[in-house]
Amino acid sequence: MRMAVTGGLLLLATSVVAMETREERKARILAPTTDFTKAERFEAFQGGSGTNTKRFDANAFSLPSGTLSFEERSDFFIGNGVFDRPWVAAPSSTIASDGLGPFFNARSCQGCHIKDGRGHPPEPGDANMVSMLFALSTPDGHGDPVLGHQLQDQAVPGLAAEGRVSVRYEPLFFTYPDGTATELRQPIYETTAALAPGTSLNPRIAPPMIGLGLVESIADADLIALADPGDADGDGVSGRAGWVDGRLGRFGWKAMSPDLLAQSTIAFLNDMGLSTAEHDVAWGDCTARQSACRAAFHGDDGGLPEISDDLVDLVVFYSSHLAVPARRRPDDAQVLRGKEMFYAANCTACHTPKFATAADAPDVLRNQLIWPYSNFLLHDMGPGLADPNPTGERLGGEFRTPPLWGIGLTEVVNGHTYFLHDGRARSLEEAILWHGGEGEASRDAFAAMTAADRAAMIAFLESL
Amino acid sequence: MKPTTFTSVIALGVFTAMGAQANTARDVINGYADLAFAKYSDSLVTAQALDAALDAFIAAPSEETHQAAKDAWLAARVPYQQTEAYRFGNAVVDDWEGKVNAWPLDEGLIDYVDASFYGDSEENNFYTANVVANPTLTVGGQSVDAAMITPAVLHELHEIDGVEANVATGYHAIEFLLWGQDLNGNGPGAGARSYTDFDTANCTNGNCDRRAEYLAAASELLLSDLEEIVAAWDAGGAARTDLEGMSDAQGISAMLTGLGSLSYGELAGERMQLGLILHDPEEEHDCFADNTHNSHYYDAKGMQNVYLGSYTASDGTVTTVPSLSSLAAAANADLDAEMNSKLEATMAAMQVMKDRADSGVESYDQMIGFENEEGNAIVQAAIDALVDQTRSIEALVAVLGSDEITVEGSDSLDNPGAVFE
Repeated sequence: MRMAVTGGLLLLATSVVAMETREERKARILAPTTDFTKAERFEAFQGGSGTNTKRFDANAFSLPSGTLSFEERSDFFIGNGVFDRPWVAAPSSTIASDGLGPFFNARSCQGCHIKDGRGHPPEPGDANMVSMLFALSTPDGHGDPVLGHQLQDQAVPGLAAEGRVSVRYEPLFFTYPDGTATELRQPIYETTAALAPGTSLNPRIAPPMIGLGLVESIADADLIALADPGDADGDGVSGRAGWVDGRLGRFGWKAMSPDLLAQSTIAFLNDMGLSTAEHDVAWGDCTARQSACRAAFHGDDGGLPEISDDLVDLVVFYSSHLAVPARRRPDDAQVLRGKEMFYAANCTACHTPKFATAADAPDVLRNQLIWPYSNFLLHDMGPGLADPNPTGERLGGEFRTPPLWGIGLTEVVNGHTYFLHDGRARSLEEAILWHGGEGEASRDAFAAMTAADRAAMIAFLESL
Repeated sequence: MKPTTFTSVIALGVFTAMGAQANTARDVINGYADLAFAKYSDSLVTAQALDAALDAFIAAPSEETHQAAKDAWLAARVPYQQTEAYRFGNAVVDDWEGKVNAWPLDEGLIDYVDASFYGDSEENNFYTANVVANPTLTVGGQSVDAAMITPAVLHELHEIDGVEANVATGYHAIEFLLWGQDLNGNGPGAGARSYTDFDTANCTNGNCDRRAEYLAAASELLLSDLEEIVAAWDAGGAARTDLEGMSDAQGISAMLTGLGSLSYGELAGERMQLGLILHDPEEEHDCFADNTHNSHYYDAKGMQNVYLGSYTASDGTVTTVPSLSSLAAAANADLDAEMNSKLEATMAAMQVMKDRADSGVESYDQMIGFENEEGNAIVQAAIDALVDQTRSIEALVAVLGSDEITVEGSDSLDNPGAVFE
């Protein structure tokens, strides 16, 4: 049934130019392409050799990387169980599974990272925030003095939650140079929460879980090399590294977490109210002024964190090894044209197409050619998208470039096409049009394209 | 029993080579759906018997009616656990099952729980922010009207905005109401609730009328949920239609993927290995009733009977359908023999675990206890057998269900991981 052609093709892979050093070879492979007549070599395998080539359905984001061995997949699946597990309020019989809250946004990781994919804002008229939350910050970048770093709209039985947020949208119109008009929507938030004067609501959609271990395995130096904080090359795109206690931040909308352990444990703490050895605070994000929350039951029986190291390790392992789906039509003529337009509009200044993962990364992640379409740096996205207040030293308008791999499967996996940090964009087109600040020149280049080229660029994004 | 008709005329050369007796892949897919219908129907019948026993218990609470209700719950779990092989690979089932079998449970939301082992509860030894004790209460930061505890109220608690919000319904809610908390840790003993918790004339722990109301509502909801899934597997039902819409290879692959996912990730991994890692007495699936050994055993049994295409219902009725085994045997007799022997090895290992619990040596929560080498080894042997059978399932996927989508271009058979090495 199978053709035995693998061996022959492998020979091609190893027929590299003689005398080339490893660094030269890496530079050659990672150089931006100038040939848009055909797909690049390995381009279809966006997530390297572990790429999911099997399923492009609703479970497309939930598969283990193909690089995991049969035995390693066991840890992946157990980690998946922890990721899906609904944590319950203490006290309960399930001691290892309790400790939720007292305040929380979701009771499981999967509750926001639905199908390991992208979250969404509530539909109009729907009051519940599912898979979206609001970070809180004061004009000087700190958490709210009473409500803390995040608004939790859920609480354990008997305790009132911090409040709810409702969203409505006001229409905005964008007219292309060719006269085509399109409608965008600007979110307006209202809350029942007693925010301190000046505290802002900073919306955050849950991002997809695919390829995160590969992102973690890119060498710091390869990312820092892309920063151009003074815009020395004069292309209008600067980009800076976001530092966290001396380490390069690369996860979260503001790049506030340097690695998946940090990102996972802060999510346990703030999103679910669960303590870990890293954040050993059983009451989660309740401040000293929220005495009822602090006095409620917690799950830190025997003085141990609510979530043991074993469970944290399993979640981190799981989060590290979700396969990135393969490109579906990298050779399609319209897709290739769209790719050319993506490069021509200088989108690649931030959405860096490809990287090599570090040689010293774990076995199953090292030396991979990956195509995340992100430089994972902070960029000013302009006032239209900006949070009202900064977060720590990240300015309100600064966001980390999100990776684009898998973005074309959003509708298949999550049943919607809401994009950007707050889900305001209802399509990829709207998401592009919202790009301001450092992204504005590329946005304008996109707008100036012919309708056919704009459609081609969207087709390219949908093929990712 | 639903009549089975084989109208498929698809003749795939690969599988019909064995002669006129051979089942086609489509026969096997249809048979798989028929077997699901039989299993869920049996689950519904035994849940109806449970409902009747609960009615009798609520009408006249006594040790006898309480025990009869517990026995009916245990009997209802036998067919249900055997349906779990259908949970993975069938989106309709997976989306539905949280309503009836979600775990862990929000006990403290349902009824009183003992908070004393939390240390800081001098004034409030029994935590009472629960539905049974409160006609109105705050859940998830929102006020809920529970003046009357109805299936609709429980459904509302369970699901907010289409997302599982609280786990307060299903088999485990009924289990908790019948048995109460298991406060024995890794020591012997299940939950020990007294029938007087439901005796309005001689009520213990308060709110016996509301507790009975909760029990009746949870049972009613379970019945309607099971009716829904039985219909999904009947002619024209959503689960059956999904399979009918798949190609032969996709359908067979879905069946095998379901078996593999339950065998490896769910049962061997999340339910058993994780419990063994944590040595947590409550990482057991039917913890209040100390019925976890049966829960695991019948999960495994359900996988075996899906493969063999034969299910024996609680009343002895046997449903036999064209089996995966027959399809596998036609394609690769050695692999089919290997799969059969591995399923038997799993059942043998599960039997050791089940016998140990049934004979009263120790329950499953004790077996996974810290430093219980003998008990741990018995559980580990069952895990290892499940893992081993998964390897054969994967080999079967390659033989019978291969529809791996080839990525365009000649590089698809290349190794992108090698480019920087």
